[in-house]
Amino acid sequence: MDVLLQQVVNGLMLGGVYVMVAVAFTLVIGMLNFLNFTIPALFMVAAVMMWAAMAGGFGADIDAVLDDVLGAPNKWIAGVIIALVVVSLASLVIERFTYRYMKAKYGDATEHALPLVSSLGFLIAFEHLVIGRWGSDPLTIDSPFGNASFHLGAVQFSIPQVISLALSLAIVFGLSLMLRKTRLGRAVRSIAERPDTATLMGVDVGRIVPVVYVIAGLLCAIAGILFTINYTTVDAYIGDKVATVAIAGMVLGGLGNVWGAIVGGLFVGLLEVLSIHFFGASIVKVPIWGMLLLILVMRPTGLFGHTAIGKGKF
Amino acid sequence: MSGELEGLLVILCLNTIYAYGVFLPAASGQLNLGAAGFITLGAYCSAFVNSELDGLGVSAWMSIPIAVLFTAAVSFLIAFPILRTRGVYMVLATFAFAEVVAGLIINLEFLGAAQGMPVDAHMPFYGLAIVTLLVALFCHYLMATRCGLAMRAIHDDESVATLFGANVRMIRVWAFATGGALMGLGGALYGHHFNYVEAQNFNILLSIYILLYVLLGGTQTAWGPVVGALFFTFVPELFRYLGRETGEKWLEDGRFVAFGLIIVIMMVIRPEGVVTRTLLERITGGRRRQPASPAAAE
Repeated sequence: MDVLLQQVVNGLMLGGVYVMVAVAFTLVIGMLNFLNFTIPALFMVAAVMMWAAMAGGFGADIDAVLDDVLGAPNKWIAGVIIALVVVSLASLVIERFTYRYMKAKYGDATEHALPLVSSLGFLIAFEHLVIGRWGSDPLTIDSPFGNASFHLGAVQFSIPQVISLALSLAIVFGLSLMLRKTRLGRAVRSIAERPDTATLMGVDVGRIVPVVYVIAGLLCAIAGILFTINYTTVDAYIGDKVATVAIAGMVLGGLGNVWGAIVGGLFVGLLEVLSIHFFGASIVKVPIWGMLLLILVMRPTGLFGHTAIGKGKF
Repeated sequence: MSGELEGLLVILCLNTIYAYGVFLPAASGQLNLGAAGFITLGAYCSAFVNSELDGLGVSAWMSIPIAVLFTAAVSFLIAFPILRTRGVYMVLATFAFAEVVAGLIINLEFLGAAQGMPVDAHMPFYGLAIVTLLVALFCHYLMATRCGLAMRAIHDDESVATLFGANVRMIRVWAFATGGALMGLGGALYGHHFNYVEAQNFNILLSIYILLYVLLGGTQTAWGPVVGALFFTFVPELFRYLGRETGEKWLEDGRFVAFGLIIVIMMVIRPEGVVTRTLLERITGGRRRQPASPAAAE
C-alpha cells in the first residue's frame, strides 16, 4: 500500500511537468488552431541549457565566469536565466515563421499544414543544434539540492519536486487568472473566438500573438528547467520523449481548455508512473497513447470540453 | 556503382514508397503523422511470415504480398474511427496509432520484443528500384483517374466535392487504406533489404520526416512525394559531401540544422510545396485548357 501511495505521489510530481507543457500546447492550439511542434523542442532546449549551465557545457571560460559570479552551488540560477532568455528569443523567431505566414489562406488541409511543417522544421533544427554541440548521449548533472526530502507517514516527498509541482500549479493558475481578468487575457480570448472580429474590435492581433508564443515558450521552458533539476538526466531527444506525452494530457482535458490541461497533465503523469509500476517500463506507451486514440475517436472534445476547436475557451 | 551511392539510392527508394503512402491521404486533405506505425506493421508481418527460425518460413514472393494485404486490412479497419477526426485531431490520432503499434511490438515476445527480428530472404537493390518505379507509376495513374480527381476535389473543398457527387467518405477511407498498404510494402521491403527489422528504427522522427517529404514536395500532384524524398535524401548528404571536400567541419555537423531551416524557408516561399499544378503546367508548356475565369486559375 505504501509503495503504491509513493507511486501515486511520484506520478503527480511528474504530472506537474506535463501540466505546464500541456498548457503551453493548449494555449497555442486554442487560440490559433495550430499544433505547435516546436514546444517539445523548446522544452528540450531549456532542459539542455539548464544542464549546460550547471555542468560546464558552455566551455571552460564561461564556466569560470559563472563560478566567479555565482559560486559553484548557485550555477542553477544562471541556467534558469539563460534558458528563459534563449527560449523567449526562439519563440519570437518561431512566431515569425509559423503564425505570420499562416494568416494567408490557402487550401483546406494546407491551412493547418503550413505552420505544422515549419514547426517540425524548427524541431529538427533545434534538436540537431544541440546534438552538434553536445552529442546525442544522455547528459547528467548532480542535483543542486541533493536528496532533500521529508516523510509523511511512509511516503517520501522530495522537496525540489514538491516545490516544482507547487510552482507549476501556481503558474498555471496565475495564467488562467490572467486569461480571465486582464486586458491581454480578453484579447487572447477574442482572437481564439474569431481573429477577424477581434481585429475589428481593436485588438492588435499582430502584437498579441507573439506575446502568447512567448508565454507558451516560457511555460515549457520552466517545465524543462524543473525536469532537469528533478530528474537530472537530459538528452537532445528529451522533447520527443517527454513533451509529446503532454499532448495526450492536453487532448484528455480538451483542446484549448486550460483547466482540462491541468487535470489531463496530472492524470497522464499518474498513468505513466502507475503503468510502469504494474506492467513494466516497456509497455508504458500503450496505455498513454491508446487512451489518447480512444478519446480522440470517442470524445474528441476531451472529458470536459464541449465546444468545437478554436471557438473560444480558456 | 559505389557502395555508398547504392546505399543512398536504397534509402531513396524506401523513402519514395513511404512518401507515396502518406501522399495518398494527404492528396485528399488528410494528414497522416503515423507512417512509422504502418511501416512497422508491414516490416514485422513480412519478417514473421518469412523468417525460418521464429516464423512461418514462407518465401519472400509470398511474404511481401501478405504483409501488404495485412497492412491494408489494418489501415482499412482503423480508417473508420480515425477518419471521424479531422485536421489537428487526425494528426494526433495517427500519431497516437503509431505510438501504440510501437509500444505493442516491443512487448510481443514472438516478434523478438526489443531485440528485433531477422529476415531471411534478401531483396537486392534492383528489385527495390523496380517496385519503387511501379509504385510511382501506380500513383501517377491513380491521380489521373476520376478517383484522383475526386481526391483533389475533396482536398480543395469537401462540401463542394459532396455536391458534385463524390462519395467523400468512401474515397477518404480508400485513400487512407491504400496509403497504409503502400507504407506496409515499404516496411516489408526495408526488412527484406536489410534482413533485420527493429521497432526502434521506426520512431516518431521517421513519421515526421515522411510527412515532411510529402508536404514539402507538394500534395497537388504525384510528383510531389518524389521531389520531397529526393530533397530529404540528398540535401543532408550534399552538406556532408561539401563539408568533407572543403574541410569545413561545421557543414557536416550542422547539416540537419541547415536542413531544418531550409524546410522553414521553403514553406515561406512555396507554402503549397515545391511541385504544384501551376508549376507543372508552366514546365510542360503553358495551359492546355484555358480556365473559365481568372478566379479559377490558381
